[in-house]
Amino acid sequence: MAMTDLDIPPVRPSRAVQRPGAIQRLMSDYGQEIVVLLAIVALFAFVTMINPRFISANNLTTIFAGNAYIAVAAIGMSMVIITGNIDVSVGALIGVLATISGTLAVAGYPVWVAWFAPVLIGMAINGLIGVLVAYARIPSIVVTLGALSILRGGLISATGGTWISDLPPAFMVAQKKLFGLPVPLVAMVVLTLLAAAWMRYSAFGRSLYALGGNPEAAVATGIPAERRIVAVFIIHGFFAGLATILFATQLQVIQSTVPPNLELTIITAAVIGGVSILGGSGTVIGSTLAAILFATIGSALIFTNVSAYWLRAVIGLLILATVLADMFRRSRRI
Amino acid sequence: MTEPFVVLKDISKSFVGVKVLKDVSFDVRPGEVHALLGENGAGKSTLIKVLSGLYQPDGGKIIIGGEEKKFASTRDATANGIATVYQELLLFPELSVAENVFLGHYPRTSSGIIDWTTVRSRTRELLDSLDTYDLDVDSKVLTLSVAQRQRVEIAKALSRDAKILIMDEPTASLVESDVQRLMSIVRQLRERGVGIIYVSHRMPEIFALADRVTVLRDGAFVATKDIHEVTEKDLVSLMVGRSIESLFPKVEVPIGETVLAVKNLNHGRHVQDISFELRKGEILGVAGLVGSGRTELALTLFGMTPATSGEIKLNGKPVRIASPIHARDLGIAYVPEDRGLQGLVKPMAIRQNITMATIDKVSKGIFIKAAEEMKHAVAAVKRLGVRCRDVNQPVGQLSGGNQQKVVIAKWLETAPQVLILDEPTRGVDVGAKSEIHSIMGELVRQGVAILMISSELPEVLGMSDRVLVMSAGRITDVIARAEATPERVGAAMTAHKSAEAA
Repeated sequence: MAMTDLDIPPVRPSRAVQRPGAIQRLMSDYGQEIVVLLAIVALFAFVTMINPRFISANNLTTIFAGNAYIAVAAIGMSMVIITGNIDVSVGALIGVLATISGTLAVAGYPVWVAWFAPVLIGMAINGLIGVLVAYARIPSIVVTLGALSILRGGLISATGGTWISDLPPAFMVAQKKLFGLPVPLVAMVVLTLLAAAWMRYSAFGRSLYALGGNPEAAVATGIPAERRIVAVFIIHGFFAGLATILFATQLQVIQSTVPPNLELTIITAAVIGGVSILGGSGTVIGSTLAAILFATIGSALIFTNVSAYWLRAVIGLLILATVLADMFRRSRRI
Repeated sequence: MTEPFVVLKDISKSFVGVKVLKDVSFDVRPGEVHALLGENGAGKSTLIKVLSGLYQPDGGKIIIGGEEKKFASTRDATANGIATVYQELLLFPELSVAENVFLGHYPRTSSGIIDWTTVRSRTRELLDSLDTYDLDVDSKVLTLSVAQRQRVEIAKALSRDAKILIMDEPTASLVESDVQRLMSIVRQLRERGVGIIYVSHRMPEIFALADRVTVLRDGAFVATKDIHEVTEKDLVSLMVGRSIESLFPKVEVPIGETVLAVKNLNHGRHVQDISFELRKGEILGVAGLVGSGRTELALTLFGMTPATSGEIKLNGKPVRIASPIHARDLGIAYVPEDRGLQGLVKPMAIRQNITMATIDKVSKGIFIKAAEEMKHAVAAVKRLGVRCRDVNQPVGQLSGGNQQKVVIAKWLETAPQVLILDEPTRGVDVGAKSEIHSIMGELVRQGVAILMISSELPEVLGMSDRVLVMSAGRITDVIARAEATPERVGAAMTAHKSAEAA
C-alpha cells in the first residue's frame, strides 16, 4: 500500500556518519558478558594455583555439565526479563516437569515421550501464564507467584515428597556423550548460541528488546505486544522443558523437591549476565556465562576448603554490584 | 493606587547557556488580577517558577513589601505569602481533603500531637469561604474531579495565608460550568485583597477577570497594560510580534486529490463528530487549546484509540483502523507529541529505532539483514541531518531535536501517504526546528499529505495550507491559509460549539 521510498535531499551537508569499529561495538554490546568471562578466567587461574586438581577433567565436567540445566533455563528467563517481565515459578515448573518425565520413564513409555512430553507441557503452562500477563494485564510477578504456589503445592501433594528412582538407563541422556563431550555441555553451548543469534539478528528478538525498552513506543510503532509476550512465555516454557531433560536425567534419582531456590538462581544468572531487570537489554550469552560463573564459584569454594554456604553470599554481592553497574550504564545512556 | 505587594525587577535566567528570561520586570498589587501572556516558550513558566522559589534567578531582584528577598526554595516563597496552583495539581490522592490542605503545617495540640479536630474544622471554613459547601473534608482526593481538586489547592494556598496566588492555566482542563465557578472564586479572592497572577491563553477569561496584563515574548518583557487600554487584537500582536512568513518558509506545491477523508468520527469526549479531508501535498494544521481533542484525534486516526463510530476513507476506499499496525500498513504514520514516551526506545541504537517500524523490509526470512539495515539507517541519518557519533549510539544520548529527527526518520522509512505530526517542534532548538520545517516542505513536494498538530500559533499559520481548529472535541472552524489570522484562529480555539449547534 505504501508508496515508493521517499527521497529527501540532505537538509544540510552532514558530517560523515561513521560506521563504528568492531572493538568499540564489542565493548558496547557485550560489556557485561566480557566482565563475567574475565571473572571466570581469573577464578580458574586463582583456584588452580591453590589446588591444581581444580582444572582436572572430572571437575570441569562437574562444573560445566552438572549446571548446564541452569544455563538452559536462564536462556528463556533472559528473554522474559528482556521484555520487562519476570517468572518466579520456573523452579517449581522444572520440578513438576521432572516428576512427570521420570514417572513416564519408569512406567515404561518410550524415552523420547518421557523427554519431550514435559517440554510440551512446559510450553502449555507458560503459554497460559503469558495469556494472563498479556491479555488479562496482570503483572507477571503476580501471575508467576500464583503459579509458583500452585505448582509447588500441587507437586508435593501429588508425590508426597517421594523420590523417583530405578530410572531406565536409556533415559539418562545427560550422562551420555556426544563427540566425546558431555551432552549437557553440548546442549548448553548450542542452545545458547542459537538463542543469542536469534535474539540479535531476528526481527522477533528485536521486538522483545523494544517492548522491554519502552512498551508504549513499541506499541505505537506497530509491534503486537500481546502476541509477543505470550510467545516469549511459550519459548521460555520450551527452554524450561529442555532444562528439565538435562536435570531429570543426570542423577539416578529425581527429587520432587528440586534444588530449592532454583528460580532465584536462574533469575540471578540472567541479571548477573547483564540482562537489565528493568527490561530492554542484555543477552543470553551473558546469562549462560553467569551460570558457569556460579558453578565455578561453588566448586572453587569446595576446592579451597571454604564453607559452601558462602556461595549464596558471594552471589548476593555479585547481584548488587551488577545492578549498580546497570543503573550507572542506564544513567549514561539516557 | 495601592502599592505593589511583590515586585520582580530585571529578572534574568539562563539554562545551559540559553537565556530564557531577559531582564523581565513584573509586579502584583494586592487585590488585583494580573494576567501573564505569551506564546509557548516565551518565559511565563520560568518567571512563575522564579517567583515561587523553584528556580533561582541569575540576575535581578525580588522585592516584597519594600524589602529584597532571596528564595532558596519554594518553602521561602510560601513563607513570604506566595502560593502556586500548578497546572498539574500536586495533591496526594490517597490522603483526605483536610490532610492535603494542611500537609506540612498541621496545627498541633499542646502535647505536640496533630490536632485533627482543628485541621478538619479549619479546612471546612476555608472551603466554605470559597463557596464550596459540597466538598467533604474527609473525602480522599482521588475521588474528586479536577475542578474540585483545584479548589482544594486554592484552600491549601489560603491555609498558608497566601498574599499572592499564582494560577498556571487554571482553566485548561476544566469544563465550561467549572470555568464559571472558578472565575467567581478568583473574583472573591481579589475582593479579599489577594493578588492573583493569572496565566491563560483564553482571551475571554483574561478580559473578564484581569485588571492588568503583562506580555512576554522570547523571554523578554514586551509590555504591561491596563486591560482597558488594549484589545484582543493588540494582545495577539504583542505576543507574536514578528513576521511569521520569514520564520516559516512555506513551500508552495500543487495540492492533489484527497488522500484521507474522515466523516463523523467519534471517540469518547475528545473526538466528537469530526469530518475533514486531507489532500496530497497539503499541510493541514490543527490548532486548539490543551484538552481540545487534537492529540486524541491523531490517536484515533492512528488506531491507538480506535474510532467508536464514523468513517475513514483512504484514497476513496473505506478502511477500518483498529490498531497502529493497521494504520502503519495503510501508510499512515504518527510522530507523537511525547517522543520519549511513545516515539523512541531510548536505550536502543539510532539504527534500531529507525528500522523499528519497517523491520520486515530489511529482513529475509526470520533474520535481519544487518548490512541492509545499516544502509537504511546511515542514509536516513544523513538525509535528516541527525547529529550523532554513529548510528549505534543510543537514541537517549541525542538532543531533543535530533531525537525528534530519529522519530521522523523511523516513520519516513514506512514511506507514508499520510503523516501525522503532533507538536513536531516542541522542545526543539531553533536550528533543528527550521530543519524539521524544511523536511516537511520536501515531503509535501513529494506528495505526502501532512496533518500537523501544534500549540504554537505562528507555526500553524506559517506552515499550513489550511487550518482546522478544535475546541472541546469538535471542529469549530476550518480556515484557508489566506484567511487564517491569529484572531480568527484564536476565536475558534476558545469557541464552544455546543452539541445542538453542530
